[in-house]
Amino acid sequence: MKPEASELELLDGLARNDRKAIESLYEQNYGVVQSFILNNNGSADDARDIFQEAMILLYEKACSGTFELNCKIKTYLYSVCRRLWLKKLQQLQRFGTTVESLEDTVPVEEELEEQERRNEAFGLMDKVLSHLGEPCKSLLEAYYVHKKQMQEIAESFGYTNADNAKNQKYKCLMRLKKLFFAQYKNGN
Amino acid sequence: MNEILLLDATERYLKGEMNADEKRQFEHLRESNPEVDQLVVEHSFFLQELEHYGGVRELKHSLHEVHNHLSESGAIRSEELTRTARVVNLWKRYKRIASIAASIAGITALSVSGMTLLLAPKNNSKQVQELANKVFVLETKQRMQDTQISSVKDKLAPGTRIKSGGSAFIVDAKGYLVTNAHVVRGAKGVIISNNKGEQFRVQIVKVDDERDIAILKIEDADFKPLSTLPYGIRKSSTDIAEPIFTLGYPDNKFVYGEGYLSSHTGFNGDTLSCQIAVAANPGNSGGPVFNRNGEIIGILSTRETQSEGVVFAIQSKYIIQVINDLKKNDEAYQNLKLPSNSSVKGMDKTQQVKKIQDYVFMVNVY
Repeated sequence: MKPEASELELLDGLARNDRKAIESLYEQNYGVVQSFILNNNGSADDARDIFQEAMILLYEKACSGTFELNCKIKTYLYSVCRRLWLKKLQQLQRFGTTVESLEDTVPVEEELEEQERRNEAFGLMDKVLSHLGEPCKSLLEAYYVHKKQMQEIAESFGYTNADNAKNQKYKCLMRLKKLFFAQYKNGN
Repeated sequence: MNEILLLDATERYLKGEMNADEKRQFEHLRESNPEVDQLVVEHSFFLQELEHYGGVRELKHSLHEVHNHLSESGAIRSEELTRTARVVNLWKRYKRIASIAASIAGITALSVSGMTLLLAPKNNSKQVQELANKVFVLETKQRMQDTQISSVKDKLAPGTRIKSGGSAFIVDAKGYLVTNAHVVRGAKGVIISNNKGEQFRVQIVKVDDERDIAILKIEDADFKPLSTLPYGIRKSSTDIAEPIFTLGYPDNKFVYGEGYLSSHTGFNGDTLSCQIAVAANPGNSGGPVFNRNGEIIGILSTRETQSEGVVFAIQSKYIIQVINDLKKNDEAYQNLKLPSNSSVKGMDKTQQVKKIQDYVFMVNVY
């Protein structure tokens, strides 16, 4: 099955972190996931967490550029949520009733394993960044996350010129790399 | 300082900000210096991770905002379940636990009632067999029965058939006998015969189904009152392991059996009877159980069907009780007197049996 143009647009929008695309994805798919989780021993908060995790997975897929969607986004998101929720139930040992499926599902086990690795990397980066301390953290975030220009950064952080800010940024980056790889290698 | 320059160059190279000349120089440096090459690879990986981290963080931020925005605008409803739905949900959630609890309760109730049934002492349980000689079920004994019937013909009305039989023993020389209630159950008439083959008509004086004891009286012109009984009836209980012997008419012949007292209680703790280890067969029912002094300690009544040699006898003190009840309720039996002393004490077994045998009868019920 070939995905419709509108679905591809939505994926594209999600990859660009486009507010409109995220909103329509949310509106179209959140309801069914929420009722699934509410009907299977979950709360509205559980539904929110699970759905957002699935959205992040879809985002990674959309960003990777090699993602081929072989079914509707709705089916894909539902399958991921269902799998994630089953796993959570097993961890909580709340797996009482057989989970009833309201929608079609597609197998997503491999994707989930990959996602788990990425979540670990995300957690690690979050940890080492908070270890780094200010102003290094804000400086690196401004450049690498918010993609601000060096000139702008130098002004807002109070460096005399962009070159000084740049030097400082590299020093911070080297420290961050050291911290990150020390734990990344340990962890793997 | 050198490191920072190198980092800057790497970053510009990865971003494609270098001009063609610079790029060629840098690539040359990478090829000649493996450390630089390693740095480029590492840095490229790290920047990817960092960028990914940034992207996901931004997305999470947007997702939260979108979620809040949409719930405010009412496009998605994250409200609590309605009241009825909550009940349904609770039911669904605890359905399994509730059903497990219910079945445990059910099983417990069943097993408790089962245990009660099992443990309650029951005299006529299927597990014990009454040793009355049920003639009509013993097809193989038919021929033997026929000869018996012909021999008692003079006392039996023509056309009647013997239904069952057992043993009995004299408790009063005037002609009173004791047997089991189940031996004479459903009897139209009873005839007894002794070891010599003499037959007498008897009447049933009293049947105590509860204690499984029946009292008979010989009502026959041929009967001559006997001399003093050689045995007594023991009022108190006997010690476990004390040797005992039985006399009775299993299979329509006079048989002596020897054993010991194994328990003060009967089947499943029944206090009415005691347990003895002796060979017993259908027809032994109602026969006396003697201790070595020749005192009657019980009436042989039932045996366990599952195991051989486990036989139960009604304790002798209940014979005394039944006789006393009878005397209390009926003036006609005031002169009934139970023997209390045994005159065969100290004799050897053969002498004892010789003295006793005339007082033990075969019961035929028709």
